[in-house]
Amino acid sequence: MQWLERHVPKLVLAPSFIAALLFVYGFIGWTAWVSFTRSRLLPNYDLVGTIQYERLFASPRWEVALNNLFVFGVLFIGVAMLLGLLLAIFLDQKIRTEGVLRTIYLYPMALSLIVTGTAWKWMLNPGLGLESMVRGWGFETFSFTWITDPDMAIYTVVIAGVWQASGFVMALFLAGLRSVDGEIIKAAQVDGIPTHRIYTAIIIPSMAPIFLSAFIVLSHLAIKSFDLVIALTGGGPGYATDLPATYMYAMAFSRGDIGQAASSAMIMMMIVFAIVVPYLYSELRAKHD
Amino acid sequence: MNMKTILATSVASFCMAGAALAEPQAEVLHWWTSGGEARAVAVLQQEFASRGGEWTDMPVAGGGGDAAMTALRARVLSGNAPTAVQLKGPAIQEWYAEGVLADISDVAEAEGWADILPASIAGHMQCEGTWCAAPVNVHRVDWVWANKAILDEHGIAMPTTWDEFNAAADKLQAAGITPLAHGGQAWQDATVFETVVLGLGGPDFFRSALIDLDMDALTSDTMKAAFDQMRTMRGYVDANFSGRDWNLATAMVMNGEAAFQIMGDWAKGEFLAAGQVPGEDFLCGSTPGDGYLYNVDSFAMFEVDGEDAQAGQALLAELIVGQNFQKVFNLNKGSIPVRSDVSLDEFDSCAVTSSNDMAATSEAGSLLPSYAHGMALRGAQAGAITDVVTAHFNSDMSSDDAVQMLADAVANSM
Repeated sequence: MQWLERHVPKLVLAPSFIAALLFVYGFIGWTAWVSFTRSRLLPNYDLVGTIQYERLFASPRWEVALNNLFVFGVLFIGVAMLLGLLLAIFLDQKIRTEGVLRTIYLYPMALSLIVTGTAWKWMLNPGLGLESMVRGWGFETFSFTWITDPDMAIYTVVIAGVWQASGFVMALFLAGLRSVDGEIIKAAQVDGIPTHRIYTAIIIPSMAPIFLSAFIVLSHLAIKSFDLVIALTGGGPGYATDLPATYMYAMAFSRGDIGQAASSAMIMMMIVFAIVVPYLYSELRAKHD
Repeated sequence: MNMKTILATSVASFCMAGAALAEPQAEVLHWWTSGGEARAVAVLQQEFASRGGEWTDMPVAGGGGDAAMTALRARVLSGNAPTAVQLKGPAIQEWYAEGVLADISDVAEAEGWADILPASIAGHMQCEGTWCAAPVNVHRVDWVWANKAILDEHGIAMPTTWDEFNAAADKLQAAGITPLAHGGQAWQDATVFETVVLGLGGPDFFRSALIDLDMDALTSDTMKAAFDQMRTMRGYVDANFSGRDWNLATAMVMNGEAAFQIMGDWAKGEFLAAGQVPGEDFLCGSTPGDGYLYNVDSFAMFEVDGEDAQAGQALLAELIVGQNFQKVFNLNKGSIPVRSDVSLDEFDSCAVTSSNDMAATSEAGSLLPSYAHGMALRGAQAGAITDVVTAHFNSDMSSDDAVQMLADAVANSM
């Protein structure tokens, strides 16, 4: 009986532990191995050194994909957090229609990224969407062709991504704003401190953990983004809006170059680790203290 | 007769009975799921059933065959390959190199494939001397489609050189008509590019540059001229071309919004489906220059166990190349029969042109595999070239830079 009591928790956890070990860490290890081989159509297991990584970093397309990840990641996370915070603060002013507005802003999150991408593709298309509409109003010289311009196309991905995610960030921040102790705010109001100072000096600093959560959620959304790009631009014009995930997909599934796909997957994982490991480290240390 | 002999004869006769009774079975992996294509596959299915076979359909739609290839990889890795798989070009040789393809030389020799197939196409179906795949159809890639009314109105004939094409396009542009209907997707850019390389460089240059990947050819002045022509043609497409699907570009020619489209003969299906008549409503012609670029669909036969499956494989191979299937399938799909002895009475004039050109270019040695449609190169190498072509077409990159990038990309993809 005692033996059972001691071991049941372990037995119950064992299947999921083994599954995680195999399907997450096992396959990470497998991918790492394959990334050091000459695998093409099917995986082979003869190690040949770092040739796939050399090929990867000699590829201009991968360079574009990494740059795009940087531009998209910084802008997507930054703008979505800023917009989300502003929306949350405005909604926090105890307005009457808050419930309705909150739902409206949160709704994009309920859509699949494919739907978002397709809808924005039409809106941004110069011949169908915004440009032709404004021209229809009589502004004949109006031009908005970002989606067909290789230098600007990545920003259209940012626009669609921000539209999708900022409502969700708003909900996170709104919960954070509501969790700040009302007594402190009232005390500040009694002292005659202006509202914007209350926000910048008291409420926002006390929401630091929410910022961190929002950052982690958004950054992994950014790194793994795939469907949005596929639906919005298909990686084009040319490969101007390729991201690491779409690069990996092209190599693994269209071109039969599994070694290349594995090495790009490993680099993507390292980028995620670079963000997540410091976070985990700070979390674990905080618990120890 | 002693006991031993009786036993031996009865075992032998049992085996023979087994062979005679083998019920042909085939599990067929393909991605022909759209209307006309699905109808075409149904034809094969019926024929297979009428010969006593049992057909297991395994259609995997999506991604232009990418999804089917993923399914195939999983099946092969688990040691349970389908009987026949829709594969083409160098992919057949790649799978052969993995040691998983079957030998169907018996059928091929009995049916005399070597005599009825054009030599260069037959080459794709052979793996180190044995037959390992059966060709289904021939799509020609280097076609120009044109709106006849627009051309007549402006007194333009179908161009026979790229200079004529440019002159016609300039004239149309001055008249406010989009000269070239094009969809800005990488494979469409690559399709136009290979017809330009063939037209400007000729069949021998095409072979050394895009099939043999000869570095001197890739960095030659001819290749620079091809990129210059691509830059010129970038000026002939409309502003909304990015990401447009090929059939929408075809619709622009149909509706008179654009004059020309460069696309394989699957575009013909769109014209015909809209009730247009070749020679009256639209014109078809080969792109300027000599040669013929083909895109041949085929079924590769995988190594399978059991007499039933092997009998199914043989029957399938025989039917696919058989005259009846070649005719009915290609009428449905818009391509032309791969064998030279099928009556073309029911085919339209574009298909007849295509078939005659195929025979002529096969004689002249200028019947060439399309690089843009995965007939000439491994996926990684073709993809590396397409990356450069589409990056050049969609930016203001100079032809010198493009040629340098092309050489680097090809070297990197080896």
